[in-house]
Amino acid sequence: MTDTPSTRTAQPGGPVSTGAPVVAMRGISMEFPGVKALQDVDFRLFPGEVHALMGENGAGKSTLIKVLTGVYTATAGTTQLQGGQVAFSGPAEAQAAGVSTVYQEVNLCPNLSVAENILLGREPRRFGSIDMAATRTRAEELLGRMGLTIDPGSILAEHPIAIQQLVAIARAVAVDAQVLILDEPTSSLDQDEVAELFRIMRHLRDEGVAILFVSHFLEQVYEIADRMTVLRNGRLVGEHLTKDLSRLQLVSAMIGRELGVLEEVERLAADASDEAGGTPVLEATGLGRRGSIAPFDLRIGAGEVVGLAGLLGSGRTELARLLFGADRADSGVVRVAGREVHLRTPRSAISAGIAFCSEDRKGEGILGDLSIRDNLVLAMQAARGWARPIPKRTKDELVEKWMTALDIRPNNPDALVGKLSGGNQQKVLLARWLVTQPKLLILDEPTRGIDIGAKAQIQKLVTELAAEGMAVVYISAELEEVARLAHRVVVLKDRSKVAELDGSASVDDIMHLIATSDSEQVAS
Amino acid sequence: MTTTTPTKRTVPALSRLPGIPGRVLPVIATFVLFVLLFGAGSVRYEGFTSGQVFANLFIDNAFLIVLAVGMTFVILTGGIDLSVGAVVALSTMVAAAALRAGLPAPVVILLVLAIGTGLGVLMGLVIHHFELQPFIVTLAGMFMARGLCFVIGVESISIKDPFFRALATGTIELPGGVVITWSVVIALAIVAAAVWVLHRTRFGRTIYAIGGSESSATLMGLPVGRVKVAAYAISGLCAAVAGLLFSVYMLSGYGLHAVGMELDAIASVVIGGTLLSGGVGYVLGSLLGVLVLGVIQTLISFQGTLSSWWTKIAIGTLLLLFIVMQRLFMRRTP
Repeated sequence: MTDTPSTRTAQPGGPVSTGAPVVAMRGISMEFPGVKALQDVDFRLFPGEVHALMGENGAGKSTLIKVLTGVYTATAGTTQLQGGQVAFSGPAEAQAAGVSTVYQEVNLCPNLSVAENILLGREPRRFGSIDMAATRTRAEELLGRMGLTIDPGSILAEHPIAIQQLVAIARAVAVDAQVLILDEPTSSLDQDEVAELFRIMRHLRDEGVAILFVSHFLEQVYEIADRMTVLRNGRLVGEHLTKDLSRLQLVSAMIGRELGVLEEVERLAADASDEAGGTPVLEATGLGRRGSIAPFDLRIGAGEVVGLAGLLGSGRTELARLLFGADRADSGVVRVAGREVHLRTPRSAISAGIAFCSEDRKGEGILGDLSIRDNLVLAMQAARGWARPIPKRTKDELVEKWMTALDIRPNNPDALVGKLSGGNQQKVLLARWLVTQPKLLILDEPTRGIDIGAKAQIQKLVTELAAEGMAVVYISAELEEVARLAHRVVVLKDRSKVAELDGSASVDDIMHLIATSDSEQVAS
Repeated sequence: MTTTTPTKRTVPALSRLPGIPGRVLPVIATFVLFVLLFGAGSVRYEGFTSGQVFANLFIDNAFLIVLAVGMTFVILTGGIDLSVGAVVALSTMVAAAALRAGLPAPVVILLVLAIGTGLGVLMGLVIHHFELQPFIVTLAGMFMARGLCFVIGVESISIKDPFFRALATGTIELPGGVVITWSVVIALAIVAAAVWVLHRTRFGRTIYAIGGSESSATLMGLPVGRVKVAAYAISGLCAAVAGLLFSVYMLSGYGLHAVGMELDAIASVVIGGTLLSGGVGYVLGSLLGVLVLGVIQTLISFQGTLSSWWTKIAIGTLLLLFIVMQRLFMRRTP
């Protein structure tokens, strides 16, 4: 990566040796009702560079991109393109001005040919008719420019996702894009495909295209990016040349910890002390799913809280979904209480005594239009089987018991769950699983987006449940939370398990591992 | 459910025979079916194998051909238009009533076309702007149009206008003594225009793009709203033209004309190989679909003893067969 950007200064606003930025955003603020998504963010993008936009979930990356492409109109701040003030009305106008976006999902039409997908809406015409031959030639040219040799006449759906992704990029650059925004383009690609994508990105960069790249894979960012801008909680943390910023510095910038503290920490032994004796509640050996998470081993004993730590996209949720049968593993064995089980569907996991509180509580968890009572009873009834009705008295007692135990407010079993606060919704969801008395409870981001009070209550509850002998898998983006609650911490990075730490591990240990450990050397 | 795992898009791809693009296969199947049915008729019944029997398929179904063309546009976008049968009836009624009132034929024709197109635009706008199901919106349109017929009059009104009568009786003799009507010429011209629009204009390709993935088409910067509304406008226009052809065919306007004709049109389009989910299909397939329906009717009339309701049974069976066949042709791409 001996490209021109390395000669530039990383100081925002400082002198730049290779001309002016193609995009300059200054003082961008974006407010939604009740949320400040971006506050006074500056962002620059130079021609001929790959610029990574980094930050955790909710840092404001997508909001910034949407402001740039005109999906949102910034509450404050200015955007300049080639030195001229712009405010796009939408992606189409941005595209016409040379700012193209390729999204994580392939946004093309699978039923049309490759050539049409590249040129749709811009086909060369002759006498009002689309000139098919010219369309084909032009598509061939564009594909050739990217070094792709596929038949432009073939139907898009016949190609693998990776090729479709590249066709999307061909479409993006067909407009003579000066700015190419790639939003998580690698998340569904395998290694070879990523290498192919990077080859093309470098090629385009060398032609002078400015590429804005968003990825959660640290190694990929370090491989391809010349420069990075880090956002945290809607604010700019800094703009750096990749070579000037170590992985540890980057992670600490993203998560927001002081570097000095980190440097003092010595590397921990990756091996955790195993629980003394007894069959584990759950034991996974070589469990994995291609494209989702690399095979891992995991033991969870009764009364144990195992934390899953890692950045967004590191495979936290994917691991949990495998344990719950929400995704089907393509390798490995799971034993529950010593007996081998096949977790093909959530149903089989539930009957094995596994419960899963999803991070997306609105979409996958609670039924907002039903009352608290109905939500709780549903789970009980499901656990008991539909053929055996629960007496009303028992129902009322159980609902009463759990509502008191979890301090759900308002203390009215007939209140609609959709009207409760986030914290109380989370408690209802928890209660719903707890009434089924699971042996293993998987909590995915149980405290996200809820207030401090409820957070503390949920954390306390987890400790109590574990003390009563329940095994808990606890996933959280907040490393402090994981470190505080967990008896053991499994560290994930780039979709594989990289280490397992014992309960004495600190946040810094975990961060160190995320920042430095190599995905290849899987410790267990 | 798969919010976290990368969602691999499972898109249907039609399987391939060597040398034949998979998506043309259903059209070829329809063509083969048509040839088989026609052949069976020729073997079974004397006088079936004549150019005129073939030409009559077009003469008796000209309006359905036009209707199927409009329906193809809408179905290609992934929508449906249930209102067209009622719009045909309304068109015959408006035409008959306006002619009776003494309006000149050209004015009547323009009036009918404007009403049909207007209804289509209206439904398209409602579907697009309120993000409603085309099924429900056009169902409402169907009731409205059918009801409007009876506002104009509850009785059948006969058409005595000389221009309409001339169109009805006027024939064109083709080489070989085969005779066709002007309706056939109009219908085939509309088919040709539709083929050109769908395959050689950006508008037409956008229709396909919307059917393939509406959200993608939007992100690709295509004028999705305008094209979607236009598809319903075209369907409305085609229904109006079909209504005019039907009033020429029947020489009357009546609120109970063309009951269920929208379903014949949909059946023709589907038998012609167009996917109801949108994005895949051909106008020529729809034409073949109409011809298949027509040849079944002809076979049953040649048979003589069967009730015409057997046509419906045959169409139902065929429709089912074709949908199952399409499903079998589908293959999930990895």
